Amino acid sequence: MDCCYIGIDLGSTTTKAVFLDEHERIMGRGITNSRSNYALACQVAREEAEINARFGLLRKKLEASHHIGVLAEPLMAVLACNYALAQHLEQLKALHAECQDVARAHSLPEAELASVGLALDRIFAALATQAELDFHPGSTAASDFFRDLATSQYLKQATAVTRELPVSFDRLVGLFDAAIIRVENHSFAGLYREYLEFATARATADARFAPFAAEIAAAVKETAELRFNVLNIVGTGYGRLTLPFAREQIRSEILCHGLGAHYMFPDTRTVLDIGGQDTKAIQVDGDGIVTGFQMNDRCAAGCGRYLGYIADEMSIGVHELGPLALQSKKPVKINSTCTVFAGAELRELMSLGEKREDILAGLHRAIVLRAMSLLARSGGVDSEFTFTGGVARNQAVTSSLEKLVFENYGKMKINISADSIFTGAVGAALFAKRDPKGVMADLEVSQLAKNPDCGIAATCSA
Amino acid sequence: MNAEVQKEESMVLQKKMIGEHFETLSKAGESGRKVVYTFVPGNLNELILAFDLLPVHPEVNALQSGMRKLSGDYIQEAEKQGHSEDVCTYVKCDIGMLKKGNIGPTGEKLPPPDLLLLSYTGCFTFMKWFELLKQESGCPVVMLQVPYQAEGKITPSQREFVARQLRDVVVPALEQVSGKKLDEDRLKELLASSARAEDDLVYVWESAKHKPSPIDAYFVGVYYIGPIFTAFRGLPSCEAYYRELRREVDFRIAHGMGPTTPEGELRQQKYRIVVEGPPNWTSFRDFWKIFHDEGVVMVASTYTKVGGLYEQGFRHDPARPFETLAEYCLGCYTNRNLPARVDIIAKYVEEYEADGILFNSIKSCNSFSAGQLMMLRELEKRTGKAGAFIESDLVDPRYFSAANIKNRLESYFQMLEAKRQAA
Repeated sequence: MDCCYIGIDLGSTTTKAVFLDEHERIMGRGITNSRSNYALACQVAREEAEINARFGLLRKKLEASHHIGVLAEPLMAVLACNYALAQHLEQLKALHAECQDVARAHSLPEAELASVGLALDRIFAALATQAELDFHPGSTAASDFFRDLATSQYLKQATAVTRELPVSFDRLVGLFDAAIIRVENHSFAGLYREYLEFATARATADARFAPFAAEIAAAVKETAELRFNVLNIVGTGYGRLTLPFAREQIRSEILCHGLGAHYMFPDTRTVLDIGGQDTKAIQVDGDGIVTGFQMNDRCAAGCGRYLGYIADEMSIGVHELGPLALQSKKPVKINSTCTVFAGAELRELMSLGEKREDILAGLHRAIVLRAMSLLARSGGVDSEFTFTGGVARNQAVTSSLEKLVFENYGKMKINISADSIFTGAVGAALFAKRDPKGVMADLEVSQLAKNPDCGIAATCSA
Repeated sequence: MNAEVQKEESMVLQKKMIGEHFETLSKAGESGRKVVYTFVPGNLNELILAFDLLPVHPEVNALQSGMRKLSGDYIQEAEKQGHSEDVCTYVKCDIGMLKKGNIGPTGEKLPPPDLLLLSYTGCFTFMKWFELLKQESGCPVVMLQVPYQAEGKITPSQREFVARQLRDVVVPALEQVSGKKLDEDRLKELLASSARAEDDLVYVWESAKHKPSPIDAYFVGVYYIGPIFTAFRGLPSCEAYYRELRREVDFRIAHGMGPTTPEGELRQQKYRIVVEGPPNWTSFRDFWKIFHDEGVVMVASTYTKVGGLYEQGFRHDPARPFETLAEYCLGCYTNRNLPARVDIIAKYVEEYEADGILFNSIKSCNSFSAGQLMMLRELEKRTGKAGAFIESDLVDPRYFSAANIKNRLESYFQMLEAKRQAA
């Protein structure tokens, strides 16, 4: 039985979980959207991290095999993408059923109901076919979340199907909107063995891996059966107080981000975290202990959610904002980062003939200026400087930040990890491990199931 | 005798004093007694009482309205009249209360002012506030110009400047409104009584040096300052209140007890904190509970000194009535320059063996908030103690984000814990 410690970061936009082993090595990471249901988000993120940990252990096992050895890497890629495909197909199946259910509940005229049913069948058949094409080794998903992937594909197929059948597009979108919320409130964790079987069957059908089918199946089965002995679990983030964690199992995200950043980059002295609803400037000592911090007060101007609004106003994805802003030759000077006025300000600048990329460059700079003010208030920026949070993925923000930090505090090492979104969860897991009070009780999943907001909660397999 | 009964005695006394005062105020029209509106910092209560005038403190009414959840409506009423969102919320709450019938904290109508006595000009807003009340009431303002302690101390010429105004401007104005000549012996008696109550209050503040502290110098402290900061300083009832309070504190010290709070006695005191700035009044109990739940006791606070920094040595001195009143007005906490305020807080941290320093920065109060972050940085450097900086408002419920403040404070307490464990 592998012993582990779990950290869960319940952010306003995403919920993250990290499994650590007894030597404080990361075993697995999981992420899901917070979907206004922290209890379920916490459970799903944890399950995702657990699966990720199982895959990590499986990889080690396969790499250690005399027969498989060098084939372990391509084999793991095939297993992982087919696992994700199985997961996706199962969720599509549930979404299809929920759409039908919602349609029936609408008491539609019989003829329309029949057309809607047919339209849904066609849409979901197309979605399943598309999924087979999208999930293959080496493919990069447009998003980590089922909602995002399903939405874009569904809308595309719905548009096509309304040209062939007497169904309105609005009707189909309405069904989807109601159904996706229900699906997001399902937990599919109990099915992970089936997903693994599916993935194993697909992998061993591949000529490269077929000769080792028995060994692969045995390794997968062994890993799937593995039980994790959870020694302690710590929650952090805005949703932490809504969960049945004991008081000792809750840590502020300031402390978790400080310690998590120190774990990733041990020479970190200043941390900037720009999350969905808040920005934190944190100073840490050589042990990752927080010595001072500043947060934005009341107003969430200049945080991740602000970028979300801007993206909505421009009808583009959040991930497209940074690259577009980087194309700017002449950034517009913008002072306000008020989310409420964002739309009006944007339209005003567009009407004045400013280019989208120049406006975006100005907006990104305004966000960074706000963060710089918080950094100054927290005590400045010391080397090394670590930038974390979802916004750290935005290159326009990082390049603007780098420029301003160098201008104001001199050249220094700036750390940005590809896994920076997990910083808070890593810190929480470290606190779980290092808690001087010793071993805590595991999070009672049965309590989550009793939570009225929790939806349908499957029991965790661990 | 148990702790609750002991606690109740001083609370009952204070409640009775306030009840009687507001009843007297509500009958001022019938009794013909004249009413003076004035502010807590630098208030000339002994002088007002010497003329048998009745004081009203608009900012106390505003904070009471905040605690009674009425301030939101009052502020909106004032904003309807055209007052900006950025104006001091005490002012808007007071103006709104006036517009809505001037009903005081006890539910009784407050009399209109016969005189607006502005005895502290260190807060610029006070001047504008009384200009507005002058416009509303049509009654005169008498203004005492109080120079700022830019050098960090009161100079002889400053003292003389203020004392002369007291004799030449304030006393004649009070004589005119009361129709009485000043009885200097009566003033001296009142000042002597004030000094006795001040001695007892200092004893109570300094009791927080004990471990566990028998008092919370902020959340409970704001109740302790009620009588001495307002209409009662100089009166026997005020002396009696502080005598009783001192007795209760002695009882708690003798029994190793902590302060009584709405959540019960705070005996397990995990962190001792010094706090700068006024509390938020609209969510006062919720705000307090955050600290109580973490086992935090406030051992010293600057806000509870806005009506007198007695523990720094000041006492009203009956031997020099005008000079002592001048020193009182000049010695207001917010009339001290920033280095002097840092010195005061650093001394608190040392003397009260505090674990940390908390600043509650008030958005609409510049006389408190300007320069606070720099003060905190200096204090952290000088004392080696960790500081926390939160932001809220006095009485505008729109400017209190419970989630944000709780988040910051929890982070801060966990930071103190982590530092303690690492030490």
